[in-house]
Amino acid sequence: MSSAEISTHHDAAHGEHHGPAKGIRRWLFATNHKDIGTMYLVFSLLMFFTGGFMALIIRTELFSPGLQFVHPEFFNQMTTMHALIMVFGAVMPAFVGLANWMIPMMIGAPDMALPRMNNWSFWILPVAFGILLSTLWMPGGAPASGWTMYPPLVLQTGDAFPFLIFSVHLMGFSSIMGAINIIVTIINMRAPNMTLLAMPMFVWTWLITAYLLIAVMPVLAGAVTMLLTDQFFGTSFFLAAGGGDPVMFQHIFWFFGHPEVYIMILPAFGVVSEIIPTFSRKPLFGHDSMVYAASSIAFLSFIVWAHHMFTVGMPLTGQLFFMFATLLIAVPTGVKVFNWVATMWQGAMTFETPMLFSLGFVFLFTIGGFSGLMLAVVPADIQYHDSYFVVAHFHYVLVPGSIFGIMAATYYWLPKWAGHMYNEKLGRIHFWMSAIFVNVTFFPMHFLGLAGMPRRIPDYSTQFADFNSIASVGAIGFGLSQLLFVYIVFRCVRGDGATATAEVWDNPRGLEWTVPSPAPYHTFEEPPEVTDGKAFS
Amino acid sequence: MTISQSNRQKARSLTWQLVAMAIGAFAFGFLVLPPMYDVFCDVTGLGGRTNEVATVVEEPTTTGRVVRLEFATTVNQYAPWEFGSDVDSMTVDIGGVYETTFTARNLSDKSLVAQAVPSVSPPQAARHFKKLECFCFTSQEFVANEEKQMPVRFIIDSDLPAHIDTVTLSYTFFDATKMARANVAATN
Repeated sequence: MSSAEISTHHDAAHGEHHGPAKGIRRWLFATNHKDIGTMYLVFSLLMFFTGGFMALIIRTELFSPGLQFVHPEFFNQMTTMHALIMVFGAVMPAFVGLANWMIPMMIGAPDMALPRMNNWSFWILPVAFGILLSTLWMPGGAPASGWTMYPPLVLQTGDAFPFLIFSVHLMGFSSIMGAINIIVTIINMRAPNMTLLAMPMFVWTWLITAYLLIAVMPVLAGAVTMLLTDQFFGTSFFLAAGGGDPVMFQHIFWFFGHPEVYIMILPAFGVVSEIIPTFSRKPLFGHDSMVYAASSIAFLSFIVWAHHMFTVGMPLTGQLFFMFATLLIAVPTGVKVFNWVATMWQGAMTFETPMLFSLGFVFLFTIGGFSGLMLAVVPADIQYHDSYFVVAHFHYVLVPGSIFGIMAATYYWLPKWAGHMYNEKLGRIHFWMSAIFVNVTFFPMHFLGLAGMPRRIPDYSTQFADFNSIASVGAIGFGLSQLLFVYIVFRCVRGDGATATAEVWDNPRGLEWTVPSPAPYHTFEEPPEVTDGKAFS
Repeated sequence: MTISQSNRQKARSLTWQLVAMAIGAFAFGFLVLPPMYDVFCDVTGLGGRTNEVATVVEEPTTTGRVVRLEFATTVNQYAPWEFGSDVDSMTVDIGGVYETTFTARNLSDKSLVAQAVPSVSPPQAARHFKKLECFCFTSQEFVANEEKQMPVRFIIDSDLPAHIDTVTLSYTFFDATKMARANVAATN
């Protein structure tokens, strides 16, 4: 993180190797997995605040009934952009950044397998999001049809339309290249004797995620390409007048979209599977069953897509199939939750910040899982569909799910990256503020949804006023709490905390703890000896 | 770096396999799914889809079973038409050939092209509602302010599931002027 420190340390230790390039060239032409990981994480943080700012515009408008701050058209642009930025700009790049930093160090590899492609897959992202954000200033405004881009509504987007499609294409390219890189690294560059089943859970969940990405990101690219040709090249994939069917878009989109939601959560499963054993001082309970559970979730994610669209009409057998397949996902997910709890059972637990975020993850993600079960039930879903209940559900799995996973990972590995401890007291305050405000924000949305408040609207009936005010207060509190996170990370990277040891924590498992802190610019140039394969999983 | 030559070879071939997988996934989404969806809809009646080319029936034989057929009409997105069914509903003898008419009027001072898209509800009835002749088979041209009466000839076949006693035929009227001009430009 701190370039000066890493380079001095490095030059002194291995004079015969080239160190990082100086200045901007180090980042523009980066091929080092640690540099690229850092760039991914910083980019993701920027996007997190950009998307978060948009969320606060949404919550400010919804603070009270009536239209007070923004035009409805702009409100719709905010909901759409908030989602696109958070999904593709904040959550996914954060996990790719963690993968870049940690996977080579966890499997004993000197770098990622394809370092130059790695550079490309990162630098496409700022371009993609530059294009997407520039649409805010275009005639007709930014895309406003929701991140799901359903036709025919999305075809009414103004000049932004082709830019939206092109930026989604670029995000897809970036993710696919990142995924290919991760798979090739994991398959080919593990330390000798590290069998697949001996791999740490974070590596395992990322391997599965990477396969999901390669399988579904191109399908999204296909769907948006069809939108593009419908708009500009006279095809009628989704235009009823020309013999197409707009509902087909929903099927194709969610064939991508459902695996996508697991792409955003599986790496977080991996993160907490690393952290809970460390702070319980016990090995992960049921390591192999965790692998099978994650694989089952990945498989099932391909056969449940239509539960997002029960209300568009489908045969009874279709509704039953998608309902039961969806309910089935609770089984492997339950295996994971019980394994985490069993890992803690009779462990000598301590509650440092990464552990707090992991515990928050297990508890709050499970709430999101339960509301997901409710939504899976067809007759209930017909009431909940497109209501704030859905908003509550997916924010519970994404914010205290994916985002808490990313926060936990950052606190867990930050001393390894920066060579210093972060301020533990501030970290705990950050956790408690986040955990409280996230519930203040999203829990009332369950009630709003059950009472019938629709999602994606800038104004609402006065009966919903109280819960909306509470949610808005929570959102502002949550947003401000994240400034504390930036402050803590900044202080730590500046070197304000105590010097971190190589192990950082109390006897953690994994190869990343065998290298000094901060991790030298090049690690594992000679593969480590893994004698007991199980020792590192 | 200490990656051996054979490892490098393996990495290269795995990379290309994964690239091929990504291209395959794109082709699946772009080239395979749309036709697959069409076939699926034709077979299951999903979306209430009915036949798009005329059916030929040699000897219509009525069965004595009757169902009520209702008509619904919609004009899509403020398109400048008046469009309605000439009768609200009719009682149909299954197996018999019937004809009914719909009327549309161009409310604008320009000539326009319309495309009617039919849909049958419940979807299980869609496959059994067979059109012998329909104004929806081709697009319809309207000169400024023209009014047209347009016929549909149809038969409901005897395989209609027994629990269905009401069938709704709905037409949505789309403005296909732009699309028609693009097609003309393409064929010229």
